[in-house]
Amino acid sequence: MSLLEIRNLSVVFDGFRAINGIDLTVEQGELRFLIGPNGAGKTTLIDVVTGLTKPASGTVVFDGRPLAGLREHEIVRLGVSRTFQTSVVFEKLTVLENLDLAASFRRPLWSFARRRKGTSEMVRKALATTGLEELAEREAGVLSHGQRQWLEIGMLIAQEPRLLLLDEPVAGMSRDERARTGELLTTIAEDHTVIVVEHDMEFLRRYASQVTVLHEGAVLIEGSVDEVGADPRVQEVYLGRSREEAARDAVG
Amino acid sequence: MRGALAGRAIFVGVAVLALVVMPLLLEPFRLGLLAKYLCYAIVALGIGLAWGQGGMLTLGQGVFFGLGGYAMGMYLKLNDAGGDLPDFMVWSGVDRLPALWEPFRNPIFAIAAVLVVPAAVAVALGILVFRQRVRGAYFAILTQALAAAMVILLVGQQGLTGGTNGLTNFFDFFGHDVAAEETQRGLYIVVAVVLGVLYLAAWQLVRSRFGRLLLAVRDGEDRVRFLGYNPATVKTITFAISAAMAGIAGALFVPVVGIISPALLGVVPSLELVVAVAVGGRYTLAGAVLGAVVMGYAKTYFSEELPAAWLYLQGALFILVISLAPKGIVGLLRRRGHEFA
Repeated sequence: MSLLEIRNLSVVFDGFRAINGIDLTVEQGELRFLIGPNGAGKTTLIDVVTGLTKPASGTVVFDGRPLAGLREHEIVRLGVSRTFQTSVVFEKLTVLENLDLAASFRRPLWSFARRRKGTSEMVRKALATTGLEELAEREAGVLSHGQRQWLEIGMLIAQEPRLLLLDEPVAGMSRDERARTGELLTTIAEDHTVIVVEHDMEFLRRYASQVTVLHEGAVLIEGSVDEVGADPRVQEVYLGRSREEAARDAVG
Repeated sequence: MRGALAGRAIFVGVAVLALVVMPLLLEPFRLGLLAKYLCYAIVALGIGLAWGQGGMLTLGQGVFFGLGGYAMGMYLKLNDAGGDLPDFMVWSGVDRLPALWEPFRNPIFAIAAVLVVPAAVAVALGILVFRQRVRGAYFAILTQALAAAMVILLVGQQGLTGGTNGLTNFFDFFGHDVAAEETQRGLYIVVAVVLGVLYLAAWQLVRSRFGRLLLAVRDGEDRVRFLGYNPATVKTITFAISAAMAGIAGALFVPVVGIISPALLGVVPSLELVVAVAVGGRYTLAGAVLGAVVMGYAKTYFSEELPAAWLYLQGALFILVISLAPKGIVGLLRRRGHEFA
């Protein structure tokens, strides 16, 4: 059985079909990139899986369980964790406390009446993986943009999810930060199922294997990076505009 | 680490001041006033938790204060009346004790009600409101409307609640003459100790994992949801705790001041306490308590010296604090502390 099965999914915002009949299957252990031009429906797709947006029709099945009607935190409890394009960490809490909250969500709430004692195994692992050990006691508000994204990814790891959804993890990052995020992603993908929404083509070429291209709310093509890159429709969708611009530049 | 130690030293210092110095220093009338301010400080502590730590701007704590106060008042009235009807019921022409009053003959029931009724109302409200993701100004307006509704309800039920006059003319408080100097002194000590105990409990809560989660809900409710927590539960629990605190404060207020009436728990007193918490510093529990005591004294002083100016001064102070010193008096003191350190 596949870990995530999306069938004939449609999302409508005020008459606009943001997603128009998408089918998508992600197997256990996969690292899948979702790409596509602006407005292709990438983030909307993640929003539907995580319960933020309700679909007009179609089904999302996670590990054999339909997700329709579940609230956001209930979907997280099934093992689906996500990040957002604009990273949201809790600025008044330390890096360690951020990770600890993420890691503790399965504990009964009454046990929260006590103070945190020590650092749990999951939190230590997340700190080590993201390389934030030195910043553990600092308030998250002082972190740089890149560090915030890593903290968010660390918070996901600490939750021990079965499916991670990363929404544009390298947006706004410097070259060095991108490289580090790429390595982090590779490490995580070794023992997690990950779906990454990304715009950045260079990042995609370096770190992606399986790619799904979305266009105007539907799946355009699915395959390896090379297959997808060689497809004329993808070139049309992605390069069409830049080719025109290049032509205009040449004439002008 | 040094901060925690300094905090402990300040707490012990304030405790000695409140429990030893003040009772020796103040004449009975002034000690009674301080006891009243400390009752308000207990409400403020709850507001500090709900608003400062949890981001829930509650403008209706008077409701919970009133529920606690009336529960205590009902017991005291029945106790004073012996087997008869309370005096105001006789004047209103009520000839049988209403069923609602019956269980309040029992002091244990009354004291339990002081805690349970406000908390239960808060839980019911929280489940209705927080699940629907009502927050911010909408939540504030809703709680304020609740305070207004509570006043209308109390005033309208003359025979049941004493109407505008509320419940007053108490004589006996658990075997002591409530008006006696010794009783009032004892009550002051009780209020101060209860405030201290609740402060420590609230402080413990803020430092616990729940307190961290509460801050996270305040600063990023949606993100908390995607960490697998239900923010509505966290907020409902906190709101219930703050309501129970206000209930305790109301129950202590009744023997200290000798009355509970709709005017003491409506929109205006509810707002005054929120202003006090803002002035003291809403992000720390100490700020909330300090604000309630400072504003209590300010109100008494200006009402005696410049009664017409107090309302304007209070409004101006609120605007000044919100715009220039959002962390209140505590924030200003801390900044000074850092400059000297």
